[in-house]
Amino acid sequence: MRIGVFVCHCGSNIGGTVDCAKVAEIARTYPDVVYADDPMYTCAEPGQAAIEAAIHEHKLDGVVVASCSPRMHEPTFRRTVERAGLNRYMLEMANIREHVSWIGRDKEANTNKSAELVLLAVEKLRNNRPLLAKSFDVNKRVLVIGGGVAGIQAALDCADGGVPVVLVERDATIGGKMAKLDKTFPTVDCSACILGPKMVDVAQHSNITLYAYSEVEDISGYVGNFTVKIRKRSTYVDWSLCTGCGACTEKCPSKKTPDAFNELISNTTAITIAFPQAIPKKAVINAEHCRQFIKGKCGVCAKICPTGAIKYDMEDEIITEEVGSIVAATGYDLMDWTVYQEYGGGAYPDVITSLQYERMLNASGPTAGHIKRPSDGKEPKNIVFVQCVGSRDKSIGRPYCSGFCCMYTAKQAILTKDHIPDSQSYVFYMDIRAAGKMYDEFTRRTMEEYGTEYIRGRVSQIYPDGQGQLVVMGVDTLMGQAIEVKADLVVLAVGIEASKGAPQLAEKLRISYDSYGFFMESHVKLKPVETNTAGVYLAGVCQGTKDIPASVAQGSAAAAKVLALFAKDKLESDPQIAQVDMRRCVNCGKCIQCCPFGAIKEVEIRGEGKAQVIETVCQGCGLCTATCPQGAIQLSHATDNQILAEVNALCQL
Amino acid sequence: MNFAYYPGCSARGSSKDYEMSTQAVCKALDMNLVDIPDWNCCGSTPAHAVDTELSAALCVRNLDIAAQQQAELLLTPCPSCLSNLKLASKRMEDPAFRQRVDELLDGPSAKAFPPVTSVMQGIAEAYDMETIAARVRKSLKGLRLAAYYGCLMSRPAEVMNFGDPENPTLMESMLAACGAEMVDFPLKTACCGASFGIPERVMTARNSGRILDLATQLGVDAVIVACPLCQMNLDLRQEQASKEMGTAFRLPVLYFTQMMGIAFGLDHKELGLNKLRVSPDGLIRKLDELRRNSAAADKAAEGGRS
Amino acid sequence: MNDAINLSRMRDAAFTAEVEALSGQNVSTCYQCGNCTAGCPAGLVYDRQVSQIMRAVQLGLRDEVLNSRSIWMCLSCSTCSLRCPNNIDVAGIMETLRHMARKEGRVTVPKVEKFWFSFLDTVRAFGRTYEIGTMALYMMRSMRVFTDVDLAPEALKKGKLGLKPHVLPQGAAPVSRIFERYKERAKREGVRP
Repeated sequence: MRIGVFVCHCGSNIGGTVDCAKVAEIARTYPDVVYADDPMYTCAEPGQAAIEAAIHEHKLDGVVVASCSPRMHEPTFRRTVERAGLNRYMLEMANIREHVSWIGRDKEANTNKSAELVLLAVEKLRNNRPLLAKSFDVNKRVLVIGGGVAGIQAALDCADGGVPVVLVERDATIGGKMAKLDKTFPTVDCSACILGPKMVDVAQHSNITLYAYSEVEDISGYVGNFTVKIRKRSTYVDWSLCTGCGACTEKCPSKKTPDAFNELISNTTAITIAFPQAIPKKAVINAEHCRQFIKGKCGVCAKICPTGAIKYDMEDEIITEEVGSIVAATGYDLMDWTVYQEYGGGAYPDVITSLQYERMLNASGPTAGHIKRPSDGKEPKNIVFVQCVGSRDKSIGRPYCSGFCCMYTAKQAILTKDHIPDSQSYVFYMDIRAAGKMYDEFTRRTMEEYGTEYIRGRVSQIYPDGQGQLVVMGVDTLMGQAIEVKADLVVLAVGIEASKGAPQLAEKLRISYDSYGFFMESHVKLKPVETNTAGVYLAGVCQGTKDIPASVAQGSAAAAKVLALFAKDKLESDPQIAQVDMRRCVNCGKCIQCCPFGAIKEVEIRGEGKAQVIETVCQGCGLCTATCPQGAIQLSHATDNQILAEVNALCQL
Repeated sequence: MNFAYYPGCSARGSSKDYEMSTQAVCKALDMNLVDIPDWNCCGSTPAHAVDTELSAALCVRNLDIAAQQQAELLLTPCPSCLSNLKLASKRMEDPAFRQRVDELLDGPSAKAFPPVTSVMQGIAEAYDMETIAARVRKSLKGLRLAAYYGCLMSRPAEVMNFGDPENPTLMESMLAACGAEMVDFPLKTACCGASFGIPERVMTARNSGRILDLATQLGVDAVIVACPLCQMNLDLRQEQASKEMGTAFRLPVLYFTQMMGIAFGLDHKELGLNKLRVSPDGLIRKLDELRRNSAAADKAAEGGRS
Repeated sequence: MNDAINLSRMRDAAFTAEVEALSGQNVSTCYQCGNCTAGCPAGLVYDRQVSQIMRAVQLGLRDEVLNSRSIWMCLSCSTCSLRCPNNIDVAGIMETLRHMARKEGRVTVPKVEKFWFSFLDTVRAFGRTYEIGTMALYMMRSMRVFTDVDLAPEALKKGKLGLKPHVLPQGAAPVSRIFERYKERAKREGVRP
């Protein structure tokens, strides 16, 4: 074999603490190495051209690049060697930046370690074999999980691009959190007015199939060919017959059903349509509060329904859909703020969340847009807004900023003044985070034109004074003094967390998630929409806190990724997968049990049971190769022989 | 049942009534509190304010005595003593700290100390609420009471182990078992001003005043406490608080053991009720009237049935 | 010209490090939300609010902190520690600062220390607190003759102030020895006991 070694300086990133020329010099003494050099920037165009030239000039049949983490540039250099006529798997990388130069200052030690890592790469490369990718068909349909504004945008853009879309929404209606909002910042335009038409578009688009009140049960397959099981939860109403006339909701006698759409500040009926602009506008029975289910008799809705749509014996239904790509847009939930016992832990009716306040402000909400205190229905005059309740608070395990609370609080303070001109609003804040377009101007207006009193400091305690008001014990750190305000109503800007069940969905999607349940993008800066599972993309707050414009932008970005993927008719599979040596396999089944992807099946070959890898499903994780007692199953490009060659080299140093 | 007991210094002075009622209630529940011999002051706030090791040494001497007695558990009524003993015990887990403290003592202290807990928790661990309810002779039904724990009892939470540090509820459970209506008292763990009543009266008066003010606004019949210092500040210093707040509070402040003792039908003298600055007579009269009325109502109902 | 804090001259990083080492807390995690000040029951008699003390510790302003009145007036109620969003034991830091100040002989509010010593003197003498003794000693030390004289008759009448001290049954010597050793050691270590 004829191997070329390229030891990259990466400017001063590596060159600063590693003697790259020395490493190249040592590399020339390694077996089969016929050429070694130390370019300044190997990944730059001249650097790549030098590799190509060396391959031709020195008739190389393998290349080692000692540089950065392969995560970013392995694909780059694979393309480089391929252009020069080598198989792309005849490349090995030694990571002498993250593993050496960035973590140590001792130049001599760094140089030695770099040389050793290069030796390992050379020994591995000497055992490499050319690998060839196979191609397979792409199913050009997409699944969008979550019908909030991000999911809606992704679905509409894909559908407009000619891709059939399956949209799955957990609630009875799409619209997500945005559908609950009254107005949006920084324009104070009506949320329903701008979201409503998009929701209708979803309902009317011929390329979109909507499953509301449904959840993803199971996902199998791989990019281009996913199989998805969807659980259509029983609504006890046959939606093919329901016209959304609402007669049932008027007559239902169970009027004390907590209204989740209104954030539990009001009650509704056991059979409901979430709100007037709901999509789909269909009724759902809440069995936990329905008399027919609790007491076994009632049947009022069934009697009143003009189309006979009520079906008390309806059961959940499992639907299977085949898609080639998936967009996760599952959004967020509010964290459970009742851990704040110092704010009453939920015991004081006039201490509410911003989302509850939003429903109060909303003309289609339970108070018809009038601000009324939950305790006595009176109009509050002194309203205190408290920021960062469950955000930036390590003591309750929520160290992150929820991102948009500063802005919606400013908006709510403006709306409060609009609704109640003789009211006074106070905002306790730590920092005003208003970095978006026209955002800072908006918060300034809240103070300058609407007279909202911003007080810089956290709130230590909130408690009822026994006379109908709430004592808010805060601080003005700018004055350097504690501050007390008597409030008629306190609105808490409650922090957000990933939507309930997000980690479980991530497991099904085989994507990573952080300790708060937010889904991990593939690269923080350069792959913000992709995940580590090919064909699965992210949109909206499920990936991290975002406001509406950012969520919509990411919805469109995810759609662009899907359309780009579907621009190809065939995809190439990664050949770095497991392969079974049939002669050695004793059909013990251990590999089948340990495979997290269900990629190994038992087949019969000449009357004998054997394990077989499903090439398109295998992700190349290597669990099976570590498990196989016979060494019969080998991971291509990371075989036992290749690893042992590295270990041998290391042990003989 | 015998329990090793650390009364704390105020039991012999300013909180004699706490001590009397604690003994009476525990006796009524068949809990025999046995003083550990030769116990000394835990050092209270002044000791830990001056030096952590001095404070620990004073506490450890007591813990050591309890260990020598092979006590399985040490009970104390006073949250300040409790907090000092518990913190000292925890800090002694650090060998360097232990060595510094042992240097101050006559000899090396025991390797392990018995756990310390409050009399309140001791009662609750020994008896469930049904048992306590069964001991009630004169129900407190009809009385509105505020439970006030003070700042020491529940924090730091990981040391004191007294439920939610913002919202402990054990006293409420015990007095509710005695029939009382317990109001939600949001200042239940606020500080009363502690030992600063002497060097900085205004501070103590303001903080106690705030607590008394809320209790008055909530219309309670009495504030129930578990700490000698809180009791002193809210009761003995009630007039100082009134002056500072520009009002005239008139709220009986009883130890939870006194209130339980009343419900158990124990002799009021045994409970030290005469030692309260703000007389509980009105409260007792109200309770007696409530019971007379309910007895009459019961009788009438019985008569109607027969 | 305003009275600027001259950081180049006044910043004492070693002071910040010492506070962190003695208290076991990382003061750089404080982001100045002020929650400690918002709930502090002693703020009304502070010269610098507790969040400002935290800030001054971050900046390494040794004199500003150790000469402050606040560290003497802290009630040790721990409300600040309980509600700190960054899990800082603020009350522990206040206590640490008071210990540091005392050891250096900085006593900005002597009456508080006099009260503590009056209390501890009775413990040293009798093994247990002697409330009347504490009051008498404190009045002498602080020249505040009228402190709480309004309460004493009432407390006496109620039998809540024992006229005679309670001495340990076997004598107070074992407790006195603790104090003696403490004082000797402080002397040895060159700090104020």
